[in-house]
Amino acid sequence: MLGITDPPVATPTFIEWGWFSISIPNLIVIGVMVLLFALAFVLPFPGSHGKDSTGDES
Amino acid sequence: MSTEQSVEEFVPTTWTGKIRKSAQRALPYDKLMPETQPAYVASWIYVFGVLTIAALAMIIVSGTILSIEGPTWWHESSTGHFVNSLHFWSVQLFFLFMVIHLWGKFWMAAWRGNRARTWITGVIAFVISIAAGLSGYAVQTNFDSQWVAFEAKDGLNATGVGAYFSVTNLGQMLMVHIFLLPAVIAIIVVAHVLFVRLRGVVPPIDAALVEERNRVEEMQS
Ligand code: HEM
Repeated sequence: MLGITDPPVATPTFIEWGWFSISIPNLIVIGVMVLLFALAFVLPFPGSHGKDSTGDES
Repeated sequence: MSTEQSVEEFVPTTWTGKIRKSAQRALPYDKLMPETQPAYVASWIYVFGVLTIAALAMIIVSGTILSIEGPTWWHESSTGHFVNSLHFWSVQLFFLFMVIHLWGKFWMAAWRGNRARTWITGVIAFVISIAAGLSGYAVQTNFDSQWVAFEAKDGLNATGVGAYFSVTNLGQMLMVHIFLLPAVIAIIVVAHVLFVRLRGVVPPIDAALVEERNRVEEMQS
């Protein structure tokens, strides 16, 4: 028997900071999203057909 | 069949003809399915919309298998458990990709240039996806879902919307989860992508001027 009689998912550990509290899993997911967001801007994009970039001025 | 007749020459006499003419003018095939994109689209940030669609496709495929096989299968067989997990983790990726997509579009103000409908359909997709997620947690048919449904019921009743539906009604939640909300999300996503094609990808704020210059040069050559 998988699942059906298991007790609900265990309560995760929370980080508490005054009025602010967040579970570790949520914190990790938000961290991963911020990281991927940042990487999406800095990592080079492969295979652009060698055409000269138009917006590349910085 | 007069495929040579141009859209402008065609004078429709019926409503199907009228719809066809306006659709052909607004979204000719080369605009609907372009082979090239402006240079600024060569960045990973533009991939997250399609990643969201890919995750949604995985959700629909795994969800279809779950609904064919049924709850006993996904609770008791390891293959069922695997497909259940595939469904769950595709949802996690769907939201993760959607949020990065949303941040990207927010910080490049992608609603510029008469693209408000793209943004608004995105907002609707986001809100409905949250409802779809909640209804999914409520139809697992285990103690988790019972707990989720009864907690959610109290929260929703506090807002008054509990007058229109009950998250503790398994039959209702199942239909909402496996038909109603997926159908709405599918329609909204199709509209969202068609709106993107209609206006073309929005130029980055500092490239908007470059884009305009190129367009003028192209017209002159
Ligand atoms: C079901 C969820 C969603 C899917 C499947 C989806 C899909 C897409 C795709 C494939 C594109 C074109 C490619 C790209 O730029 O990434 C796009 C563009 C866009 N999306 Fe989404 N999206 C979703 C949710 C959202 C949300 C929540 C927002 C913001 C509230 C949003 C705002 C936009 C905007 C403004 C554009 C157009 C940018 C332009 O015209 O250049 N989308 N979306």
